[in-house]
Amino acid sequence: MDSIIPLAQILIFPGFLFLASYGMLLQWVDRKLCAVMQNRMGPPWFQPVADFIKLLAKEVIVPEEADNTMFRVLPYFALAAVMTAMVSIPVGETALFSFQGDLVAVIYLLTIPTVTFFLAGWSSKSPYSTVGSMRVLTQLFAYEVPLMLALIGPAILAGTWNIAEISAFFAAHPALIPAQLLGFLAAIIALQGKLERLPFDIPHAKNEIAGGQFTEYSGRLLDFFLLAVDMELVVGAALLNAVFLGGALGLTGIAAIALFLAKTLAITFLLALLKVLMARIRIEQMINFCWKYLAPVAMAQVLFDIFLKYKLG
Amino acid sequence: MSKITIPFGPQHVALKEPENFMLVLEGEQIQGATVNLGYNHRGMEKAAEERTYLQDLYLIERVCGICSHSHTTCYITNVEELAKAETPKRALAIRTLVAELERVHSHLLWLGVAGYEMGFETLFMYTWRDREQVLDCLELLSGNRVHYSINTIGGVRRDISAEQKTEVMKRIDYLVERTNYYIKLATEEPTIYARTSKVGMLPPEEALRRNAVGPTARASGIARDVRKDDPYLIYNELDFKVITHNTNDVFGRLVVRALELVESYKIIKQVLNNLPEGPIAVKVPMRIAPGEAVNHYEAPRGEDIHYLKSNGTDKPERLKVRAPTLANLQSVQYMLEGGWMADVPLVIAAIDPCMSCTDRAVVWDPKKGKKQTYGWEELRKMAIERYKRRGVDFSRLG
Repeated sequence: MDSIIPLAQILIFPGFLFLASYGMLLQWVDRKLCAVMQNRMGPPWFQPVADFIKLLAKEVIVPEEADNTMFRVLPYFALAAVMTAMVSIPVGETALFSFQGDLVAVIYLLTIPTVTFFLAGWSSKSPYSTVGSMRVLTQLFAYEVPLMLALIGPAILAGTWNIAEISAFFAAHPALIPAQLLGFLAAIIALQGKLERLPFDIPHAKNEIAGGQFTEYSGRLLDFFLLAVDMELVVGAALLNAVFLGGALGLTGIAAIALFLAKTLAITFLLALLKVLMARIRIEQMINFCWKYLAPVAMAQVLFDIFLKYKLG
Repeated sequence: MSKITIPFGPQHVALKEPENFMLVLEGEQIQGATVNLGYNHRGMEKAAEERTYLQDLYLIERVCGICSHSHTTCYITNVEELAKAETPKRALAIRTLVAELERVHSHLLWLGVAGYEMGFETLFMYTWRDREQVLDCLELLSGNRVHYSINTIGGVRRDISAEQKTEVMKRIDYLVERTNYYIKLATEEPTIYARTSKVGMLPPEEALRRNAVGPTARASGIARDVRKDDPYLIYNELDFKVITHNTNDVFGRLVVRALELVESYKIIKQVLNNLPEGPIAVKVPMRIAPGEAVNHYEAPRGEDIHYLKSNGTDKPERLKVRAPTLANLQSVQYMLEGGWMADVPLVIAAIDPCMSCTDRAVVWDPKKGKKQTYGWEELRKMAIERYKRRGVDFSRLG
């Protein structure tokens, strides 16, 4: 019995099954919201599931030039890294596996999918994926630092590197949540870049380089990459919820989970809003923006948090 | 960093019609670009010689889906000139009305495409929704949304009733309001400005040298508009401005097209308010006396030129179409070089290309890497040889 419960937690809730289904739900919410904002109908609720099943049934084609092993294993790496990251992020009142320093671990685990995207494009050897994978890496250098800086602020204020403890700190001091606004906004924008969504969908800008790093992928390999991206959205939203918005805010049981769903949906709404409001920018404009504006904003939040901590004692 | 050559087309997400651009990239920067035509040649000019003047009208309409009225009007002006037909004033006014409605629909379509190419999908969805209004107007007036077929030799097919007039006016009022919103959006939204400013630069001297036409030339500060320079239909009686912009980039082309929409609304209102009375068509004989005629026409994309030669029968001897995209494609190569990979779709889209109007037959031998454009003489020689092998000799035919 002792080993069955953790296994069930990893496989069902809040592990794989929950992540996959909630990821698909968020994908639908995102698509539907964009559609409504753009004055269209949008897909029915089961569209992501239908897409997933359809792609599973499709033939997998590996380009002759591509590195066969790399090409085939990378999607599973991306999926595994995203799922592992979720283990340390609290969904209800507690995280599945929480330890001191898990914030840093989660940041690094969330970098792995991006690296697999780069490797996937690079090992496909086609011109579009080569350009796409170069953009993935360039973009990584643009948003990664602002994202990390933004996440460090609350950690400094709470005096811990444990995500669950940061949540607990903010749940105990809800007045400090609005003080994190700047950092939260910087993190939302950086997350948009991490998830490669408009205006930062530069690596797979379809009008420029077709499918970008995924151009040569097909069938279930592509399916798992797309699933990993969906899950990354959940993990990203959950991370922001835990670090900036105080997680469960002291609630327990079903109420905590309901609060989690409500807040991640709200974050998805913000991400969808960003997506419909802007045109895609160029890669060099993105780097300029991230380093000139986003990183200083995140840095200001860190300095403010240090000052706040000093004041509070 | 090593150089990569990327084929942009003929099958590519950004291109709605097959055309090929070979781009030499160094990192994200374009070092060289070549434009290759010939994926969409349909032999229309030849087909026109096999049909009567009236049948050709419907063939010419299908040169282009967007500027169908432009091509037929240009063609029909030639036919009427050769037949010495006096087209009634009311027919000319109705043609002008449809021409401007077509310009509105084409420019709104372009605005959406430009939005899409810069990744601004909301703009695309909005403009295409509003474009439905003008398509409805066209359907109301002609019965069709895309190939209106309102022209006929000697006039137009349908008259405009008072109810139609009020309905069109109503929809134009709505579009004026929407267009003002788009002008505000295009000039104030920072990401649009970031994506279009200083992109695809075409200085005026280069635009003149490469013979740019239409909004592409006007965005380089060249006030070139057939409607003003050599008025046709009833444009000499109308009050409108030629819009120019001097930024020489995609942003300029965006502003020019957006402001031209406003001018078009002005023209539509003027025409509707001062519609001359009288018949809408005159009879024109089927056979047309020998002669030659050339006419140009300001299509939404620029100057469209038609040449027509008649030989006394009911079929033309030769028809030649110079679509505006062919003139503007020369500039694309210049605009692409030195730019960013990310701007390629936008730069190409900025001339509002219509490839199938433009295509010429080019034969490319991949083994020798040689390209050759076949002229009339060579094609004729090849055809004669081909039929000789089948036992028919056409060489004695003129």
